[in-house]
Order: sequence, then structure tokens, then C-alpha cells
Amino acid sequence: MSREVHNGPTDETQARGTPYSGDPEGGQGTKPEQLDKLPLDAWHRSRGGRMVPFAGYEMPVQYEGIMAEHLWTRENAGLFDVSHMGQLLIHGRNVDAALETLMPGDFKAAADMKPKYSLLLDDDGGIIDDLMATRRGEDFYVVVNGATKHGDIAAMEKRLPGGVVIDYMKEQALLALQGPKAAEVLETIIPGVGELNFMLGGPFQWQGRSLWISRSGYTGEDGFEISVPANAVADLADAICAHELARPIGLGARDSLRLEAGLPLYGHDLDLGTTPVMAGLTFAINKRRRAEGGFAGAMRILAELENGAPQKRVGFEIEGRQPVREGALVLDPEGNEVGRITSGGFSPSLQRPIAMGYVASHLAEPGTTLKLEQRAKLFEARVTAMPFVPHRYHRKGAA
Amino acid sequence: MPTYFTREHEWIRVEGDTATVGISNHAQEQLGDIVFAEVPEPGRRVAKGQEAAVVESVKAASDVYAPVSGEVIEGNQAVADDPALVNSDPEGGGWFFKVRLDNPSELDGLMDEAAYRDWVQTL
Repeated sequence: MSREVHNGPTDETQARGTPYSGDPEGGQGTKPEQLDKLPLDAWHRSRGGRMVPFAGYEMPVQYEGIMAEHLWTRENAGLFDVSHMGQLLIHGRNVDAALETLMPGDFKAAADMKPKYSLLLDDDGGIIDDLMATRRGEDFYVVVNGATKHGDIAAMEKRLPGGVVIDYMKEQALLALQGPKAAEVLETIIPGVGELNFMLGGPFQWQGRSLWISRSGYTGEDGFEISVPANAVADLADAICAHELARPIGLGARDSLRLEAGLPLYGHDLDLGTTPVMAGLTFAINKRRRAEGGFAGAMRILAELENGAPQKRVGFEIEGRQPVREGALVLDPEGNEVGRITSGGFSPSLQRPIAMGYVASHLAEPGTTLKLEQRAKLFEARVTAMPFVPHRYHRKGAA
Repeated sequence: MPTYFTREHEWIRVEGDTATVGISNHAQEQLGDIVFAEVPEPGRRVAKGQEAAVVESVKAASDVYAPVSGEVIEGNQAVADDPALVNSDPEGGGWFFKVRLDNPSELDGLMDEAAYRDWVQTL
């Protein structure tokens, strides 16, 4: 039996040197990656986590199984360790204006404690990373992807004015508690968190430790992200998982959950070759920034906002049961290559294959039928609106 | 009925000049939740070491190699219809196909069950 491991937070590096990786001799000839340990490393192992290399760390890809963990999170509360992500505190003179030169977000008008999704751009409008930025008084608290964090810091330090300083909060761990029961669970441990609405954060205290909690996440469900000192994270994870509705969830389910939610993953659905307009992320560019420009890549991005981008990120429904994964080609009815799949897999909630990818804009209309080609086999596919599974965020005024 | 195993984690159970082929319990554990299986049609010729079936889990796609050369007698429609059968009964009802052996001496290089179980422990 061969094994090809596919896209997502568990990319091909996870299987190097295993009997299934195509290099059963243990990755001979490849340079062994130096892996760091997460603050919860021993905690994951004691709970049966299967550890794999990801983003320079050993991380749990699953505990009891991806399918069960995925469905648990959609029905109860799943605890994710996302401490590999980069937590940054950016401060200094006119930090909001400085950040606006690198990203298209409206940081000058950003209200306190409200996380904003934004994109770190290069001068051609390509995406260096996607991130969440929250004004906390005079500072901005920014959470970036784990695999890209060191590059992000270097890119920002090079381009930000000297008076702006980036502190990498290495001593902080990051947990995410996601699912329809997340608020019920967390409220028993940290009273008051249930008052937060979607995309609102705040400081909390737990056993004498300072936490930063926002109501946000990467699954499409209600939930929280919790920044906690690394020396307290095991205690907090224990306290959360002591609740019968909370279980630890690995990277595998994190990927299938975000795919169902239609959320792009950096390094797969977003990269330097994609722009915010191609990726369908124009909600992150408000009216003032469109009118004024002044961010990296603005010339190209404003032109794409005006005239459309040549390609668009779309969802695909696929006929049959076989997953179509990252790297598959998108073909028009004449067999011409018109795009490619950037994420794909089997949807545990829908029990059928789903995928996202880029396609020429004139073929991006929902309902368009196209073919996908994977390992010399053709699949019938239909462009579809995302999310595949409806979001269930806790919005203000909602029940 | 002797059962042999390959280093690629297929098993083959031999009965006279025919044999049943599947993937080992270790293989299904490593793959995780299996969501798709494609089995060969009767009459198809398979060659030792070449792809004969497909198995996909949530995270991974794999080819199942033929441990021996021969003609497929039957593909297991039950696993095509319910791929999770490979997780629940990998070395029994979760078999992939039956094959008529061209050359029984091709079995000589394979591991017997005890050798395979010992080897898997070392992985």
C-alpha cells in the first residue's frame, strides 16, 4: 500500500519517514527538520494525541479519530491547541497608521478589543499572511500563522518605521474552544466570557493568571480563542476538558472543520500568488481604504476591485464519494485547464467530498459545471457558494 | 489457510490457487477514518507490486498493491458501499479483492503473520 498525505494543517511533511510516506527508509536524503515542543506537548501525549511535524513543532493530528473529533466539535465543544501560532504585540508611535501601510485594514478607526481579520501584503498585492489584529489600548495584538510567523516578523520589521516595535509573545500559549457548547463550558471556568459577542475580546483572570479571550475561531462555530501564559496552559486545558462536553481535538479535524466553513488556509488557499480580491476577502477592505489606498499592493488591488480579478476562489461540490484534494486541476467542458484545487477532502458533516480552489472568473458563478482531474481520473464538479456548512457565530442581538 | 503480509501492509490469505487480499489492521489504524474504497473488477489482470485498489481516509489517499500477480475473481462490493468496514474489520470482512494466482512461488518473499506482527512493533 502506498500513502499520499494531502493538504491542510497536516501537510506532506507529517508522513516523512513513515511506512506510508513514499520514503519508507525514513526520509533518507531529506534534511531532518528541527522540531520544537509545544507547552502542551506532554499533555497531548498523555491524552493519546498522535504527534506529527507541523509548522516546526510536533503537534497532535488526532486523538480518537478525525471523524469523531470533527462531529464532536459541531455538536459540543472541541479544545484546540494553537500555540504554534505567532502572538505579537505591535506598539509605538502611530502604530495604526504604520500597520495601514502593510495591510488594507482600517486600523485608525479600529475600536478597542475588536479583532479584525486582515492580510499582510507584499508590494504586488500578494498575500504574505492572513491574521487577526486587535487594538488593545495603544497596542495592537496580532495573531499570525505558525508556519509563517518568523517570516512575518522579519517582513514587518523591515518595512515598518523605526518607532514601531514588534514583541513576539513567546511566553504565551493559545487555545481555541469551539462548538455550540463552548460558551456553556467556558462560562463554568471563567465566568463572564459568555457576555462577549462574536468578534469581541477582553481581559480575564483565572486562578490569578491574566488571560486574553476573544469570541472568534476557525471552525464556523461559536467559540473562543484564549491567550494564556505557557506555564498555566496545562492547568487550563485540564480544567476545560474536565467538563463532560469538552474534548481535545487535533489538527486533522481543525482542517476539515475550516474547509466546511469555507475558510481559507494560508500556504494552500492563500499565498504570494493570490490577492485579497482573487481570494474573495474584500470584506477586509473597507470604504475608506478603498477610497484612499495607501497600502502595499494597493494599485493592483484597487484595480481588481474595480474591474474584477482574473481568477476567483470558489467552492466545489463533487459527484461520487472519492475526495478530490489539493493539486487537482480544474477543467472547462472543452478540457482546458482553468484553475486548480487548493483544499479538498471528505466532509464529515455532509458525508461527501468538498473542495475549494481557484477558477477563471467567468466560470466562477455558482452552478457552473466543470471537471476536476486528479491522478488521471476525471470528476464531475459544480461551483457552489461557501460555506458548505452554515456558520453559527454568536452575533449581537441573536438568540 | 496461510496468511502472508507485505512490507506495504497488505495481507493475502491463500486457499489453493486463489487468495483474498486486504490491508492490515496496522494500516487502517495509520490511515484513520476510511471514507472511500475502489476495488478491481472481476477479470482484471494485476501484477505483483502494482496498484490494484484505492483506499482513502479523511487525510490520505493510498493505492493498495497486488501482493501477487493474477486474475481478479471478485472485488468486495461491501467495502465499496461501506468503506468504514475496512476500519472495523480490516483483516476479515474488509477485504478488497480475490485473485487467482499465476505463480504461487511469488508468495515466497512475503512475511508470515508472526513475522509481520513483530516487524510492525518496530515501526
